Amino acid sequence: MALIELDLAHAYGPDPRTDEDYALLPLKMAFRDGGAYALLGPSGCGKTTMLNIISGLLVPSQGTVRFDGRDVTRESPQQRNIAQVFQFPVIYDTMTVAQNLAFPLRNRKVPQAEIHQRVGRIAEMLELSGQLDHRAAGLSADQKQKISLGRGLVRSDVSAVLFDEPLTVIDPHLKWQLRRKLKQIHHELKLTLIYVTHDQVEALTFADEVVVMSRGRAVQKGTAADLFERPAHTFVGHFIGSPGMNFLPAQAVRGGVLVNEQPLAFQDGRRLPEGPVKLGIRPEYLRLGEPGDGRSLPARVSRVQDIGTYFLLSCELGEHTLKCRLGAEAAPPAVGDTVHLRLLDAHTCFYRDEQLVENMA
Amino acid sequence: MQLSLDHITKTVGPSVHLYPLSLAPVPGAVTVLLGATQAGKTSLMRVMAGLDTASSGRVLVDGEDVTRRPVRERNVAMVYQQFVNYPSMTVAQNIASPLRLRGERDVEARVRALAARLHIEPFLDRLPAELSGGQQQRVALARALAKRAPLMLLDEPLVNLDYKLREELREELSALFAAGEATVVYATTEPGEALLLGGHTAVMDAGELLQYGPTAEVFHRPKSLRVARAFSDPPMNLLPARRSAQGGLRVAGALDWPLDLPLSAGDDFVLGVRAGGLRERAQPGDLAIEGRVELAEIAGSDTFVHVHSAVGELVAQLVGVHKLDLGAPIRLYLHPDQLFVFDASGPLVRAPLARQGAH
Repeated sequence: MALIELDLAHAYGPDPRTDEDYALLPLKMAFRDGGAYALLGPSGCGKTTMLNIISGLLVPSQGTVRFDGRDVTRESPQQRNIAQVFQFPVIYDTMTVAQNLAFPLRNRKVPQAEIHQRVGRIAEMLELSGQLDHRAAGLSADQKQKISLGRGLVRSDVSAVLFDEPLTVIDPHLKWQLRRKLKQIHHELKLTLIYVTHDQVEALTFADEVVVMSRGRAVQKGTAADLFERPAHTFVGHFIGSPGMNFLPAQAVRGGVLVNEQPLAFQDGRRLPEGPVKLGIRPEYLRLGEPGDGRSLPARVSRVQDIGTYFLLSCELGEHTLKCRLGAEAAPPAVGDTVHLRLLDAHTCFYRDEQLVENMA
Repeated sequence: MQLSLDHITKTVGPSVHLYPLSLAPVPGAVTVLLGATQAGKTSLMRVMAGLDTASSGRVLVDGEDVTRRPVRERNVAMVYQQFVNYPSMTVAQNIASPLRLRGERDVEARVRALAARLHIEPFLDRLPAELSGGQQQRVALARALAKRAPLMLLDEPLVNLDYKLREELREELSALFAAGEATVVYATTEPGEALLLGGHTAVMDAGELLQYGPTAEVFHRPKSLRVARAFSDPPMNLLPARRSAQGGLRVAGALDWPLDLPLSAGDDFVLGVRAGGLRERAQPGDLAIEGRVELAEIAGSDTFVHVHSAVGELVAQLVGVHKLDLGAPIRLYLHPDQLFVFDASGPLVRAPLARQGAH
């Protein structure tokens, strides 16, 4: 296992000039030994490029990759000792499950006794013990992908295990189990794991730290709680959470903000530099307030969805639609009702030029 | 348009893809086909479309038997998981193709209007391969809409798209469907997607149609354990329970809960608690379960807490971010009114008390 340090940029074409020419803009980043990380973002954000640079499938057009301080920029995945799991199962149909799991170890001439022990342990963790003697050919796509995961995790001597959207072919119910398994395996084996996905639930639940990426840029690196509660950039606010953060244009003034030209007063003593800002509040924190409470504005309910364990309200405030998530304990308002949305809360964030504005001390 | 499937079956060689089922999707509304892979969703859609012929049973359109009529003689639009467009035609030509086929007028204006609705106007002159996956699927959707077919079949149309894009497009689609111009059938493996689409849901499992009704109603009153399992994500917590001598229930051989059940029901039950029904904060009349945190998955909008308890493994879905240490003791609360009670053999005995509904 290794500490992985990136100090690089990548452009697929020669002579990159503008930001758009880069698949990955210049960045510095470290992945600690034994950590679980996720690279999260929409397609085209650069996450797979970053993964391929870490694995050695791709040489960055500038800069270096270091493993434990050693420059490995031009080394192959084999030389770097990287294990990989891909979106679709990569296994040998003619082999048994046990032979498939043992394959990466045999390749490395690991002693038979150790192979036996390690395969047994991984099979047990992934609940494949009962199928070790079955041929892989007869198994479902789900089962095959489990074997792929097992093959990625079976070696104890790897620098890191890289996962590229590994749960895409898995049904929702099994996803639950596998996510949990991966987490347990990480706790037990302490491998360095890096996981690429566009699915925030997978990324946030799997990783200790998530790197949110957009247009070749690593926008924020943080824990699930950081990304949810204090998104550093409006993109993170929008991308994390389902639905994402609500945003409203506002004007910061002394002691509060103007929204829709109506004054709202901070009641927690916070201070912002005056000027135009974007007010951001998540649907989970947007509560119904009272008229005239100084921090709420009226809005018209345009849609009420019963999402099973909660209600999702769409509310129109001027030309903006805000989503509000309400618990199922109480009856929700009806379409056409006027509600007062409490826009100022301890969790309300403010942005200027899409960047989080920290409160002035 | 009223589509009716009347005792349809589908067998291929020795394997049964669809057991006898009858279904009449509500006209002008969305019907979600919900089930895991291999549940029979695609088989059923292919029969609806006329791409496959049912092994037995009849397909009726507005009362007329179309069972043996092939797809090209039916007026159906389909959208698949994979983005299917004509690769050598521009986006505009792709969208226009069904219009030209019917010799319609004002093709250009119609194409523009559809492209605007699906936010692909800037790409009208490009080839599909030059677009992102999400844009390609928008083109396929626009083409399907251009057809103005009274029946629109969508087979997991968003599954190959990014999570966030899925959210966006799903919302746009439900707005388009709300116009009520077509009868829409939409297949998905995700319970959450069914709830967001609303409308009506048909729950399928292993080639069987288990239940059909308004989506929220099926979710809140699944008529069997199988439906409840298929329509819960996270999976429903299920606890074995037995009627005790004191008149209540002995749950998982560990806890006694004072639950009043109809006398006619048997002695062995399975109690179901949705993950969202478990809370950290007590309310009057709650039952408590002691346990230990095995894992807390912070998923953004929710935290999923896996708990090892006296009644077995439980998953609780708590709103927002909750930082809980592994191994820490935790007490979860639930209200007895929120329990699903199933007979051990499967049928629902009692649903949670009705809530104030939406819609």
